[in-house]
Amino acid sequence: MLIKQLSIFLENKKGRFTEVAKILGEAGINMSAFTVSESSDFGILRLIVSNTDKAIEVLREKLYAVSITDVVCLHCPNQPGALAKAMDIITNAGIFIEYMYAFSQGDSAHVIIRPDETERCVEVLQANKLTLIAASDLYKL
Amino acid sequence: MIWNETIECMERDEMRKLQTIRLKRIIEYTYHNTPFYRRKMQEVGLTPDDIVSLDDIVRLPFTVKQDLRDNYPFGLMAVPMSEIVRLHASSGTTGKPIVVGYTRKDLGVWSEVVARSLYAAGVTRNDSVQVSYGYGLFTGGLGLHCGVETIGGTVIPMSSGNTQKQIQLMHDFGAAALACTPSYALYLGETIRESGIPRSEFKLKTGMFGAEPWTENMRREIEESLGIKAYDIYGLTEIIGPGVGSECACQHGTHLWEDHFYPEILDPQTLQPVAPGVTGELVFTTLTKEGMPMIRYRTRDLTALHYDKCPCGRTAVRMERILGRSDDMLIIRGVNVFPSQVESVLLEMPEFEPHYLIVVDRVNNTDTFQVQVEVRPEYYSDEINKILSLRKKITARMQSVTGIQPDIKIVEPRSLERSQGKAKHVIDNRKLV
Repeated sequence: MLIKQLSIFLENKKGRFTEVAKILGEAGINMSAFTVSESSDFGILRLIVSNTDKAIEVLREKLYAVSITDVVCLHCPNQPGALAKAMDIITNAGIFIEYMYAFSQGDSAHVIIRPDETERCVEVLQANKLTLIAASDLYKL
Repeated sequence: MIWNETIECMERDEMRKLQTIRLKRIIEYTYHNTPFYRRKMQEVGLTPDDIVSLDDIVRLPFTVKQDLRDNYPFGLMAVPMSEIVRLHASSGTTGKPIVVGYTRKDLGVWSEVVARSLYAAGVTRNDSVQVSYGYGLFTGGLGLHCGVETIGGTVIPMSSGNTQKQIQLMHDFGAAALACTPSYALYLGETIRESGIPRSEFKLKTGMFGAEPWTENMRREIEESLGIKAYDIYGLTEIIGPGVGSECACQHGTHLWEDHFYPEILDPQTLQPVAPGVTGELVFTTLTKEGMPMIRYRTRDLTALHYDKCPCGRTAVRMERILGRSDDMLIIRGVNVFPSQVESVLLEMPEFEPHYLIVVDRVNNTDTFQVQVEVRPEYYSDEINKILSLRKKITARMQSVTGIQPDIKIVEPRSLERSQGKAKHVIDNRKLV
């Protein structure tokens, strides 16, 4: 139930993200989700794509610094309190969240979580009957 | 082991007396034998009689590399060419090469100072020395060669290149010492490791490395990979070649053979002498050279001198590692900063590539000091904080080495120019009026 997320180091320069999007597009790779976090002179683009291996290959070929991280994708109803419930479970288990990002569509919401203890986070969420999305399903979204 | 104890361990005031006598003699000699030096002294209204003590040396004009080019090829010789028994030249990367000439006596002095250097590095008459400096116009090969013969050791005159053969003969001949550039020593060490020949089959115990700047980190790497002690041997073609000075077993400074080459350290801005231990530009006067004496030759090398007695017993002045070149020096917020300092920090931190670009500018009347660096691919992370803490770490380290706080900018992989011979490492955008 782990999903491979790519993290790309980008300098804060005009057109850097555009170039990444172009490279992936030309290679026929679709982005399912992404987020950018930035500091004063650089940013990290985190993204989940349809073909991780190929994306790494084409990006490294263009000399991008790409690292791979395992993340968890939680599926929950797109309604008040749903996320709070899930967060409560994680917090009570003593798991720390490094960062997270989410997207919603109609009735359902997807939350991508990068916990400090990935395996245990999966166990805890599954033990509490929460739905996790497999990589193959997420790429279809 | 000391080759010439009388000189190398001479009391300081005795040494000064000797230097004074020799300085007066060489100034008198060049005044009468080298039109170039006579003219320069006349221009500032000096005659040899004005030079009575060592301190008077500061009154004499400097000699710079361009003077050697301007007088190409033989204009600075103080003897007729019939007295010159050998020529050497350094390959000028730009313009004409510089040419130096030696009389028979000069070659004797050269052999003597290389003999002292070999002894300081623990080489004796029972040892064979593989000389892997280039032979030819370059002073490295033949300079070491004659020194080894002088102490009665066995020379293996390999010259540079043909690394496989170097290793085979080093092994088969049981070379005890190696003399070459430090970068070639590293390469030899790597090639030996790849060759699969066990290091225990080599007799190598010591090495003398010079002709290019190197660091303590490189010393450790060479010592580790070749299983030897690595010593610095300092020299420059203009002064005599290798053997102007050498390190002893204590490895804490290069002893300069100052009875032949009188060193001064000057503030690179004011060109005034600095106190012992203070860093500045190294300037040499050859006290005994006949063929082509050098009076107050500016080496552009930056270092400091220490005059206290060395535990090895030598009193000969000790020179610190060359910090950089005065032509590379930047003054940022009043602090002297050298690109070599930035490089040394990068070399000691595995998280960073050794490539860098220093950008200096002036914003609101304050100098800015930006250093662009690349993180090695395996150290990139998905977390901003990890990268920021890498930046914090290198900022602190660089501040402690240079004395001022740099603004570290982490740039994308491979975006800095790679060093191919001479990479541009500094951009100075300050427009000073």
